Amino acid sequence: MKTLERPRTSAAGRSGGGEGGRPRTERPFWTARRRDQLAGYLFIAPQLIGSVLFVLIPLGLVVWYSFHEWNVLAGTFHSVGGDNYQKLLDDPKLPGVLKSTALFSVGLVVLNLTLALALAVLLNQKLRGSVVFRTLFFSPVVVSLVAWTIVWGFLLQKNGGINAGLDVFGIEGPNWLRSEGTSMASVIVVQVFKNVGLNMVLFLAALQGVPRELYEAATMDGAGRWRQFWKITMPMISPTVLLTSIITVVGSLQVFAQIAVLTQGGPNSSTTVLVYYLYQQAFKFHHFGYGATLSVLLFVIVLVLTVIQWQMRKKWVFHES
Amino acid sequence: MSRKLSPRAKLVLYGVLLVLCVPFVFPTWWMASSSLKPVSEVFAFPPSLLPGNPTASAYEKVFELQPFGQQYFNSMYIAVAVTLGTLVVSSMAGYAFARIRFRGQNVLFLVVLTGLLIPSEVTIVPLFQMFNDWGMIDTHWPLVLVPILGAPSVLATFIMRQFFLALPGELEEAARMDGLGRFAIYWRIAMPLARPALAAVAIFTFLHSWNLYLEPIVYLTTPEMFTLPQALTQYVDAYGGPMWNVQLAAASLTAFPVLAVFVFAQRQFVEGLAHTGLK
Repeated sequence: MKTLERPRTSAAGRSGGGEGGRPRTERPFWTARRRDQLAGYLFIAPQLIGSVLFVLIPLGLVVWYSFHEWNVLAGTFHSVGGDNYQKLLDDPKLPGVLKSTALFSVGLVVLNLTLALALAVLLNQKLRGSVVFRTLFFSPVVVSLVAWTIVWGFLLQKNGGINAGLDVFGIEGPNWLRSEGTSMASVIVVQVFKNVGLNMVLFLAALQGVPRELYEAATMDGAGRWRQFWKITMPMISPTVLLTSIITVVGSLQVFAQIAVLTQGGPNSSTTVLVYYLYQQAFKFHHFGYGATLSVLLFVIVLVLTVIQWQMRKKWVFHES
Repeated sequence: MSRKLSPRAKLVLYGVLLVLCVPFVFPTWWMASSSLKPVSEVFAFPPSLLPGNPTASAYEKVFELQPFGQQYFNSMYIAVAVTLGTLVVSSMAGYAFARIRFRGQNVLFLVVLTGLLIPSEVTIVPLFQMFNDWGMIDTHWPLVLVPILGAPSVLATFIMRQFFLALPGELEEAARMDGLGRFAIYWRIAMPLARPALAAVAIFTFLHSWNLYLEPIVYLTTPEMFTLPQALTQYVDAYGGPMWNVQLAAASLTAFPVLAVFVFAQRQFVEGLAHTGLK
């Protein structure tokens, strides 16, 4: 066994002698199998330690904290039992916050997925220059989020570019970000154009994976384009639709920068979504215990939505890729 | 659906695509153009697509009012460090979960995967407390450590694992016959083959770090430590109203270098993300 001559410290890096090879004369502790196991543990160690330290322990702590109230600056920390959860139930602002969160998520997911699919179908046609259009539709994805949000905030001012454009047609535009009727819609639209390119590209890859023969056969049978879309395209790309919808739903619950830059949750709390409310409570008003309680609520919502979507997969998705 | 189109259908399609481009392209154009306008012209009516009297005064203000060069460097080095760190951590973990058999593998993979279910916003309160206890508030440590080791890198690990699972085993067998150890197989055989997956991971990791906003405003307090997204919103006048042309100038400086890289490497970006990213 040539491995025997090597120092033990290099065990993680090397495993000579083949799988499960056992020396016949002596039985060293570091068999090839053991060395490989050790390599496995060392390879995953950073990620595993990180997951425990920065994901699992904080998750446990956030639940523990939700039963406490403390002040970081004053250094006080004491148990308050279920008070924070009682506060959650009694919080007069919370129903509005949840409504805004739902409104944002539903609006974003529906608009984003519909537009992404429409763009992907358009770009999937045989057309010269479609790569140029793909690049243009995708470009906002690589523009810094806050830069994108700032320029839209500028465009959406009362005397900004969009209203100036409308004025040319004799239309007087609203104060998009400062009226309750339009603030949420504005934030949604800004975010849709920012990231729809990502889903578009995923859909485009899925569309290109649909075998051409299926369409040819359907055309022979006299099925029109619309029918082909619903009977062939949609079932074939359903795994991608599911995946993108899960990502988009979870992503929509995390919206923060757009709200903070465009509306600061206003006007009249109409755009205060859960993460923004959490931020306000914990880091503006220093209600850390209540912030932790809102974090638990956010976690439960994400968990429930993900489970529901995985369940839907069974009914909805035609095949697994 | 890719069948030949009639000339008329093509014309209609071009028209539709051009109109659809407007909300994607115009804001970026407007950002650059307005940043070159003098204050008096920024809200001029009728609006002009090009600045009438282009001036760089907004760009001078960007650097006068804040240590913008330092802030630019902060964002850049944090994003690069996070990207390199994530590539190493996630490719090693992804490789091990895909190609090495060890006890408790599935359980440990599930432990790591919980990170996918937990948005980083959920843990921001305890993480703030943790970094406060460690004396790391107003340092860049939280912005580097958490993305590399915590929830954000789990998606990268998952993608790398999927990629390594699909790799044919014969190459590794041959390398093993030649006496290569695990680390050598990972580094010299598997990693070079994983370039498309690594590129995809690098791109979205960089963008994620580059865009981070909640974490910097929670952890950082002094302007010299700020990152770009945080710095952009600080250009306000005495009444707290945004200094639009200065904000737009800073935004342009933030956006255009990345856009330029994207235009040159758009195939890598788009196809990398589509084919290895999330399938």
